[in-house]
Amino acid sequence: MSKGIISDDRLSSLSNEEIARYSRHLLLPQIGLEGQERLRAAKALIVGTGGLGAPLALYLAAAGVGTLGIVDFDVVEESNLQRQIIHSTRDVGRPKVASAADRIRAINPGVNVITHNTRLTSENALGIIGDYDVVADGTDNYQTRYLVNDACVLLGKPNVYGSVFQFEGQASVFSAKEGPCYRCLYPSPPPPGLVPSCSEGGVLGVLPGIVGTIQANETIKLIVGGGESLVSRLLLFDAWEMRFRELKLDKDPGCPICGRKPSIHGLIDYEQFCGLKPDHAEAPVDAIEAKELKTRLDAGDKIQVIDIREPHEQAIAPFPGAKYIPLGQMVRRMDEFDEKVDSVFLCKIGQRSIFAIRALREAGYQGRLLNLRDGVGAWARDVDNNMPKY
Amino acid sequence: MAKILIPTALRAFTDGKSEAEAEGKTVGEVIAAFAAAYPDIARHLYDEEGRLRSYVNVFVGDENIRGFGGLDAPVKDGETVTLVPAIAGGGAGRA
Ligand SMILES: [Zn+2]
Repeated sequence: MSKGIISDDRLSSLSNEEIARYSRHLLLPQIGLEGQERLRAAKALIVGTGGLGAPLALYLAAAGVGTLGIVDFDVVEESNLQRQIIHSTRDVGRPKVASAADRIRAINPGVNVITHNTRLTSENALGIIGDYDVVADGTDNYQTRYLVNDACVLLGKPNVYGSVFQFEGQASVFSAKEGPCYRCLYPSPPPPGLVPSCSEGGVLGVLPGIVGTIQANETIKLIVGGGESLVSRLLLFDAWEMRFRELKLDKDPGCPICGRKPSIHGLIDYEQFCGLKPDHAEAPVDAIEAKELKTRLDAGDKIQVIDIREPHEQAIAPFPGAKYIPLGQMVRRMDEFDEKVDSVFLCKIGQRSIFAIRALREAGYQGRLLNLRDGVGAWARDVDNNMPKY
Repeated sequence: MAKILIPTALRAFTDGKSEAEAEGKTVGEVIAAFAAAYPDIARHLYDEEGRLRSYVNVFVGDENIRGFGGLDAPVKDGETVTLVPAIAGGGAGRA
């Protein structure tokens, strides 16, 4: 007999030191000695050691999960510290997996930490994930989310899902044996640029803390084999309104990977699937470099510079002389543009501005539309060193 | 009249509003009335062929409309229509 995802033959007795350390778990009949032994036998993989991965790793380590794998290819940056509480100020510049591994070992030397300082790809994902019992997904992009989902479905591993944006979070457990997978919920990703990332849209620092601890809770329950998991349920959390909502999720019989007649039998090219390759993108958008824009402005060229950022964001690093029309009002204010004059669109990193240009084109705008490549970040880097970088 | 709950990711297109009301007997009618009131959001809800985009899930109450006729799913007066788009943020967990 085995309960949950850890088979009984992997269990062995706890030492007296372990009994002392995990006493508060052992006192819970739902966990007890057996549950703690399952935690120690378990191998959990945390994909991404960012805002979600940080609390996940800290709590799973403290809970005594025996083997913790962490995947991340990034280094710690100053702007991470507002929410990625596993990293410290002195870790800036270090690989995130190295910094995270130090903290995990400091919290619980009994944990075997395995670091994967690499990008998860279609080539390595099955090999890496195959060694673990459960996966917790804390990545920040669609391609890796579909990759993790597909690898977990193909390998039969549960995928503890969480994602965050601004003040809003989602959590679920995708376990295709019993319930829906990520593709059942979202058959395809939004076109690139349609939904801004946290690096453009921002995120409340504690939000991934809350959602990541929910993921840790679900991971522990899957390992111990008890409670009601979030399988077939989607939890929505709004930190600003302080409201939880729960929605029912059903398996999609037509799901291409976990449905009745699956069409996906192996990992695919996720960049292409997510529309990130040029041949899949919409009609290309003309770009202008920051230096070139500066030259043209200095020469007195007639150019309309349109800042599409939200007012609070514009206030961080204002662009002198720009006309301000936020992205959300672009189409309805189209008649404020002069079609005979070149227009240059700018945002923080030159992504949402592409979207503004496409929206105008679709709405029938005929004038020339240019995108400031890499946004005001490029302006701060190449033209005006006094402009703050955010 | 149905209540529409607008997710954070789409509030830039609704002047920051988190809720809206719209008239309609089916989900399709309610969303069309909502999109007519906020023209900049239409592109985010419908694809070029006018179909609902597959990265946006629509729930009436706590049920996904997919199992209830999709856009033809009925909406009763006072019911809540929740838009749930895919969000990918992980607080910059890079893998
Ligand atoms: Zn599925």
